Amino acid sequence: MSPNIIALLPEYILTIVGVLIMLAEPLLPPAASRKPLGWLAILGTVAAGVASWYQLHLGVLTAFSNSIQIDSFSIFFHLLISAIVLVTLLISLDYFEGSTRHSGEYFALVAFSAVGMMLMTCATELLVIFVGLEISSIATYIMCGFRKGHATGAESSIKYFLLGSFATAFFLYGIALAFGATGSTSIAAIAQGLATTTTPRLAFLALAMILIGLGFKVSAAPFHVWTPDVYQGAPSPVVGFMSTAPKAAAFAVLLRITFSAFGPMQHRWAILMWILAALSMTIGNLGALLQRDVKRMLAYSSIAHAGYILVAFTAFQSDGIAAACFYTATYAAMQVGAFAVITQVTGYNEQIRTTDDYTGLGLRRPILAAFLALFLISLIGIPFTGGFFGKFYVFSAAIHASNVWLAVIGLLNSGVACFYYLRLLVALYARPVTETAQPAKGRTLSVPAGIGLTLAAAATLVLGILPGHFLNLAQRASASTQPVSAPVAATIPPSTR
Amino acid sequence: MNIDHSILTILILVPLAGAVLLALLPDKGKLMQWGALAVTLVTFLLTLHLPFHYDYGAASGTFQFATDVPWIASPAIRYHLGVDGLSMWLVVLTGLLAPLGVLVSWRTIDTRKKTFYVLFLLQQVAMLGVFVSLDLLLYYSFWELSLIPMTILIATFGRTENRRRAAIKFFLYAFIPSAILLVGILWLYVKTGTFDLPQLAQLAATHSISNNSAALWLCSLAFLVAFAVKVPVFPLHGWLSDAISEAPTAAVMVLAGKLGLYSILRFSFGIFPEQSHRIAPLMLALGAIGIVYGALLALVQKDLKRLAAYATLSALAFIILGVFSFTISGLDGGIFHILSESLSGAAFFMLLGILYERYGTYDMREYGGLAAKLPWMVTMFVITTLSLVGLPMLNGFVGEFLILSGSMQSTIAQHTAWTVLATTGVILSASYMLWMIQRIFYGNLGIKSENVKGWDLDAREHLAMWPLVILFLVMGVASPIWLRVIDAAGTRIAATQSSSANTEARALQTPPHVQIMTASAHTEAK
Repeated sequence: MSPNIIALLPEYILTIVGVLIMLAEPLLPPAASRKPLGWLAILGTVAAGVASWYQLHLGVLTAFSNSIQIDSFSIFFHLLISAIVLVTLLISLDYFEGSTRHSGEYFALVAFSAVGMMLMTCATELLVIFVGLEISSIATYIMCGFRKGHATGAESSIKYFLLGSFATAFFLYGIALAFGATGSTSIAAIAQGLATTTTPRLAFLALAMILIGLGFKVSAAPFHVWTPDVYQGAPSPVVGFMSTAPKAAAFAVLLRITFSAFGPMQHRWAILMWILAALSMTIGNLGALLQRDVKRMLAYSSIAHAGYILVAFTAFQSDGIAAACFYTATYAAMQVGAFAVITQVTGYNEQIRTTDDYTGLGLRRPILAAFLALFLISLIGIPFTGGFFGKFYVFSAAIHASNVWLAVIGLLNSGVACFYYLRLLVALYARPVTETAQPAKGRTLSVPAGIGLTLAAAATLVLGILPGHFLNLAQRASASTQPVSAPVAATIPPSTR
Repeated sequence: MNIDHSILTILILVPLAGAVLLALLPDKGKLMQWGALAVTLVTFLLTLHLPFHYDYGAASGTFQFATDVPWIASPAIRYHLGVDGLSMWLVVLTGLLAPLGVLVSWRTIDTRKKTFYVLFLLQQVAMLGVFVSLDLLLYYSFWELSLIPMTILIATFGRTENRRRAAIKFFLYAFIPSAILLVGILWLYVKTGTFDLPQLAQLAATHSISNNSAALWLCSLAFLVAFAVKVPVFPLHGWLSDAISEAPTAAVMVLAGKLGLYSILRFSFGIFPEQSHRIAPLMLALGAIGIVYGALLALVQKDLKRLAAYATLSALAFIILGVFSFTISGLDGGIFHILSESLSGAAFFMLLGILYERYGTYDMREYGGLAAKLPWMVTMFVITTLSLVGLPMLNGFVGEFLILSGSMQSTIAQHTAWTVLATTGVILSASYMLWMIQRIFYGNLGIKSENVKGWDLDAREHLAMWPLVILFLVMGVASPIWLRVIDAAGTRIAATQSSSANTEARALQTPPHVQIMTASAHTEAK
């Protein structure tokens, strides 16, 4: 087969599935269930994941005139995105059932969005990255407004669309400036161009613009303002998806651009990252403290988590990339899981919103509450869950690069963070004294949603108890981003000094 | 397979498996109670394996029943367990208190028994893990894990509306310093490439962790503060009274002191001997102030639980005073007093719980004159009180005496003044405890107690109390049984401390001209 086909096999599969769903949707009678379309999307996602796994054994592949590169790094993110999409689809299957006639499109949009993200992570050409970014973003904008007839949903969608367009414009502008400074838009060529450029300042400006664009996508402060409103208005399964998968893709791009293309300038952009990380962690956590609405709280907390991942950018390349990859994966597992529970608890109407509404959930729906408790404990970063090792790797990488104070800020922040997570956790199990114990009947947990939840919980636990294997994958990913001329430190553990 | 190498793993796994099993079983009250009792009893019997197979002749400083296998390759985290004189009795104690905790919860926990017992077992897992872990990160994992069950226990089974606030306060007080502790642990790892405690202690002894003394200082403070909050050492005790007054009896019994004090002895003293020695004057002062402060506050409480909380604060400060004197008897007394205080404190909280179960209040003003109606109860109360105030022949005396004599012999600055101040604590504690007895049991019958129909301790409560009372006596009379291993640990700690203090003292005491002379002699020799 031509390398052009093998390299983009997962993307092709998902595109075909998406198109098939779009074509099949009008053929189904209006009243019929759209679940088969969902199952088709799930099959497609699994197939895409298997295709990525298959690529893992092929070594480094390049295609489309070197604008696509399949290496351990991109496959890591392909697998991650497939996993997120799989869980999202599993928990969405029953979500739209009976509520709207348009749920077929939803499954197609998820698939298309995944295609864009996968394209972003394997592209080594800024313009292809831009195409991927647009494909994934447009699909997500629409998904945000999928609870039709709800004003907040429409607001969410519009807000995300407008601000997102601004951000992509910044990103595009950055690409143009990079081209001006180095004469190329290809990542490898930019790295070479930087060595000879006569306008290093312009190159730095280019990077700054790109940072703004991607900073918006990962909702790093101060580009985070859209996050709480959009998350609050969007349907819960969509929030679980859009707070993890596009972020993972954007972080992948950011890692490639900063460490590979702009590696020689690390001493300059590392300071920017330091500031972004400190701001995101602090603003995210302080913002979350004030929230009563659970979705808004998780939105702010996702800003903080973006900050934790940004800490990894201030570390040496070898530690930093592996730590960021690992954190992204653990964050995805616990965040998707948390929103999966919220989806199940609130249902389509989302009447259960605030922390107080969750009071006594442990009594009414013990299994869901236990799942949510696990994800919250992981988000706090308690050992034996993935969240702990995520933080552990990120902050030990930072300390290794002598950024001790950033680590102190970060860990103090996680102390603040546990306050609001804990408030929810305590609400789950605390019961007002006056309330008589009568377990209210909730909606039963559907089988696919149960599978999705179990997958997320298993991932959270495995990453916390046996992180070794997964870290290997992350380290392979880190090794496969091109080495740059910047000083590369020894991997942990260092020799005794 | 030799059970000696896997006993510690088994000790952690049994309550863990029990917790998982109970979580999966249907929530039938009786089933949960008996299940939890069986699991905790089995665990306790297993902990008894340790003292009976401990090699008392082994060189001090070696860890026994050790397991050491790699857990995570990068960074190098090992599953390294082991006990020595410092931790062995703490493991047994944790084992013993758990079934007693289940027994006293028998009637008080009447709803959501499944949640309660599962969390209680998890708490035990975390505590056992803390005491036997010899890898810093493994230790840290259990340390953090110990927060979650306790927080939910307080939040769910607390007594008043204040319980959620108390739970969050408890958690934050412990978690934020722990986050800084993690920075310290990571920094140590980056500097040394290992999380292994024996290795780190070795490096510390040869002064080869880092040359950067400021960073070492900060790191040692990160450790010490995290532990001091958990103890709690005055003035970091803000969480204590709320948490104790809210938490259910069984949780309080295992709550205070042990983890933090053990960690100070094991990790602060082990990895930062020099820094610990330098900060000792401050800690002695805080210890002495804490003793008097806790006692004075206890004296004015009307709520029994709060009185107990401040009494605990005062008793824990005694231990701080002892261990930071860095004399052998101070350290021995401190370690012994951790055990003794845990037992007496547990008995005291149990009795308060029993009292609350009958009369539904902790307010001392509502009691009075119960002695005639409840002879067993008053007997137990008086014995426990006497053990807490340190009557000779009972357990409290041994520790208190060793601590005070140790801190009197200490060479740390101002030790005499602080010891004198601390000694007043003995009088104060006798005052508030005996006054409390008087107010509950003697005088006129209180309002509530008019309803008393001689509902004295029942068989289950006797079963929970007697082991402790017997231990009070045995520990008071035959303390060498415990002190034998404790002394090995105490002597070792004192030795490391004095050697590091000596190097430091030499460096300080060598007059400048001698240093110059030695330096020039070296140059000439070359």
